[in-house]
Order: sequence, then structure tokens, then C-alpha cells
Amino acid sequence: MTITEKLLARAADLDACRPGDFVTCKLDMVLANDITAPIAIDQFREMGATAVFDRAKVALVADHSTPTKDIKAAQLVKKMRDFAREMGIVNFYEGCHGGIEHIILPDFGLVLPGDVVIGADSHTCTYGALGAFATGVGSTDAAAAMATGECWFRVPESMRFRFSGTLRPWVTGKDLILYTIGQIGVDGARYRAMEFVGETIENLPMHERFTICNMAIEAGGKSGIIAPDDTTKAYVDQRAKRDYVMLQSDADADYAECYDWDASVLEPQVSFPHLPENARPLSAVGEVPIDQAVVGACTNGRLEDLRLAAEVLKGRTVDPNVRCIIIPGSQEIHLQATREGLVELFLEAGCVVSPPTCGPCLGGHMGILAEGERAIATTNRNFVGRMGHVTSEVYLANPAVTAASAVLGRIGGPDEL
Amino acid sequence: MPIQGTVHKFGDHVDTDVIIPARYLGTTDPGELASHCMEDIDADFVKRVRPGDIIVAGRNFGCGSSREHAPIAIKAAGISVVIAATFARIFYRNALNIALPIVECSEAAESINAGDTVEVDLKGGVIRDLTTGQDFAFAPLVGAAQDLIQAGGLVELTRQRLAAR
Repeated sequence: MTITEKLLARAADLDACRPGDFVTCKLDMVLANDITAPIAIDQFREMGATAVFDRAKVALVADHSTPTKDIKAAQLVKKMRDFAREMGIVNFYEGCHGGIEHIILPDFGLVLPGDVVIGADSHTCTYGALGAFATGVGSTDAAAAMATGECWFRVPESMRFRFSGTLRPWVTGKDLILYTIGQIGVDGARYRAMEFVGETIENLPMHERFTICNMAIEAGGKSGIIAPDDTTKAYVDQRAKRDYVMLQSDADADYAECYDWDASVLEPQVSFPHLPENARPLSAVGEVPIDQAVVGACTNGRLEDLRLAAEVLKGRTVDPNVRCIIIPGSQEIHLQATREGLVELFLEAGCVVSPPTCGPCLGGHMGILAEGERAIATTNRNFVGRMGHVTSEVYLANPAVTAASAVLGRIGGPDEL
Repeated sequence: MPIQGTVHKFGDHVDTDVIIPARYLGTTDPGELASHCMEDIDADFVKRVRPGDIIVAGRNFGCGSSREHAPIAIKAAGISVVIAATFARIFYRNALNIALPIVECSEAAESINAGDTVEVDLKGGVIRDLTTGQDFAFAPLVGAAQDLIQAGGLVELTRQRLAAR
């Protein structure tokens, strides 16, 4: 069996399962945010539910429109907060205690290797980086899961992506996943589990593994997964407050498709509008002037991402025609970035440092694009109108390329500075 | 009773950000969401759509964000069924959960034209293009997906399960 099949079989209390089987799994965590929870709460009540299945296994995170951008957003967050209090939900996060859901849940040790997790947010697949099965669902699935603690799944076929070789300077996990999506397309892994293996992956730190699994959904994947190892264990052991299990795929596991790529030849990647599959090597980008650069999001808002952007911005100044917005992924990250001097460095370089929020990534607030404007961003989607006006454009890249582009005033890499 | 309506046609990879842009996610009201459905790729869709109409699209319909506001907006706009070559996984689940009928059929998605009058027999597994006279067969839902449609959506199914405990 693959690691994904083992995870699902274990949570379904089965000895084994195969792709195509329908299984009902016990859930270790159910997540929703300020966009999806309000509908889930209505559906939860509509179902006749009066209590959540486990007060410690539900996480409600206000991150999309926070700090609340308008009265409507404030009402939605209030609805979620009131529900959390009424139900006694332990893991409710907003404001001073919070951050972006897919950054804080792993950071707070709320999702662990071996877990089966659903979240009413498509980027829930991020937790696959821990060796958990995690997938996005809608509000009604989240509501039923909050009530019952269970969810049905069709066991997905797995695809294996093997990367070998040492990464070149300024090439990161973000580039590996943009390259992958560029190769297979935005529906290339539809309904499937994307398993990332090989020495390049084994040598990646956790934050880059999160970035890779975060974007599995951009290839249509049901989940992304990286087998847990010593790197995972070192990350988790500082955070876990309960036992966890580290599973591996069997050597003879079946895969629907396998890809083997030499990562040592890859350049930083840039995905052009309006689909993440439009990935190009940086040298093939050409002259693309930008109006805005955004470093942040559940994709690349971790402390190490900020350090990478800071390394590029140190002693430099953002182009006068560019708004560069830095968004730490959580309050903890913001505090640590301040202690390390990163925030001061960003401010001196001419960046705006935002409180943690999903904000501009989904065109919510804190950096919305006007007609015809163009942004480079470390976010995960570049759909039509994603960051603002329907004629605006988003180019996806890693934090180093995004920071370098902010200085250059056009899309380019740190080597051009 | 088969569904019958006029077809609104869309291409591949219609994402949930264009089905209902994030700037309208301040509400959960189906009617309000419906009033902005598809506006970033088809500004006149909301004006043209009539109750019972049908969306026909290409590959990977509903990709992107998990926002259930997307199938809610489509359903509240009056769409009776979405036919696509393929659906993105989360949208597929969400549509079943709120009992918005969806049909995967690549031949129909390719052949049916915008403006055609189409009849869909969900139980019989047949799509009939009354304008061109073409028929298309599709496979019925199986497993948990079938249970959902039979119950009328996940709210009803969960209500039954909770009551039985």
C-alpha cells in the first residue's frame, strides 16, 4: 500500500484499502475559517446537531478577512467566535493568538503525522508535508464532520513524483511544485494523491515541504504527501502534545503514474496568468514590469520564507513604482521576525509589513489590484481576478524571486541585483 | 421527471473564484451570491439565466477554492444541472452535498452548443440535446455519492444519522 492508503485504512479501522474503495474515516482534526465556517455553522444546526464531536478536534481560524476588513466580515467572524464559545471549541484563533490556518495548525502541533484531517479550505492539503492525510472540503462536509467526527472518502490513486539532485541557488520547494504543476497541468492529479519522494525532497526543510504539499490542489490533487522522516520528527517533537505515527509507502506500492525529475537543472519558476500550470523558468520570463510584490500566504508566509526575502532585500530599496507587501503567516512568526530584525530590514527597504492575514491572496483586502495592474506573489493562485480587478494579473514565484522583483520593478531573480 | 433547460456554455478550468469572486464572500445569502454568479467571465450570465437552465462546461469545472458559495450561487441562480467533461474534486463533493445535480460526460460537454435546449434524465443516465437530436449516456453515481443524492444532500443524510444514534 501507499502511505495514503495506509493512512485512510488506519482511520477507517481496516487492515487495507485500495484506490476506488469508499471508506469512512475517523477524523483527527476538522478545520474551517471565517469564509467557510459561517455556512458550516448554519448547516450544522440544520442537521439538528447540538454539540461538536470533540471540542479539541475542531479548529476555527479567522484569517481570510482579518483583521476584519468591513462590517460583513466582522459579522462572519463574530458568528464563528460565538459558535466557538457556545460549543466550547478549544482551538479558536483570531487576532493576537492567531495567523493563517495552514501555518498555525502545524506550528501549534494540532496536526501530526498519521492524522486524517479535513478542512473547509482547499489548501488543507498542506499537512501532507507532515505525513498526514489532509484534504479540502466544503462547508457542509465540515459541518457533518464537526457533528459526527467522520467523513467518507473515495481512496485515491497515488502519483509518485521523484526529485533527485541538489537544488541550485534560489531554487526552493516552491519551484519544485510550480514545475510539477507546469508539467502535469492544473487537472493532472485530479482526485489523486500526489506523493513526493527522492533525495531532493528528503533534503528539504519542513517549511519547503509545506509549500509543496500546499499546492497539490493546484494540480487538482486530493492530497499531497511526503513520508515523515527525521526532519519531520524534529519539527513535530517540539510541538506534539499527543502520540503520533509515522507511516511509509511499501516498496511494492502501486502508483497510477510515476515521474522522475532531475531537480539540479531547474531554475526558479514563475507561473504566468491565469493558471498555476503556466510555469516558466525564470530565464524565459522576459520583460514583465510589476506594480506589486507580495510575500506571504499559507504557501510562503513562514519565518524561513521571510528570512529568504530579507536576504535578498538587505541593503536594497524597493523600486519606487512597486508596492511590496510582506505578510508574516502568524503572530509568532511576526514576533520572531521582529526580534531577528527582519521587520526593520523590510521597513527600511520600503516594504509594507502587514499583520497576518490571507488578505490579498484571495483578493480580500490589504493589497487589492486595480484595473490592468500586475503583481508577483508567493501565493498559490493566479486565476482571473484572484487578487483584485478582473483585468489584473498575478505571477506566482518563490520569496527570493518575489523580493528581487520588488527591487527590480520587473520580474527577475536575485542574481540580477 | 427529466430536467429541461437552455444551455450556457463555458470552457475548461472554470474556477470557483470566477463562479463567485471573493469580494462577494461577505454574505452567505444564496440569492445575493447568485446575483454575482459568473460575472467575471460572463457579465450577462445572471441576466440571461432562467430557472431550469443548464451549464455545460469543459474539464475540471469548479477548480480552486473550496468555497461552497460557488455551487450555492449556481443553484440559486436557477441552474438545474451542471454537465462537464470533468469536475474538480471539492466542487464535486460540494455540489452533491447541497443536492445540485452534476453530470460528468465529456462527449456531451464537447458536442452541446450554447443556446441548445437539453433534457437530462438523471436516473436513466441520458442527456438529450433536443436542438441537435443527439443523445449521450452517462454513468450513474455510485457508493457514498449515490447515498447523498438519494437522501437529498448531506444535511438530510446527517440529520438521519444523528437521529438514529
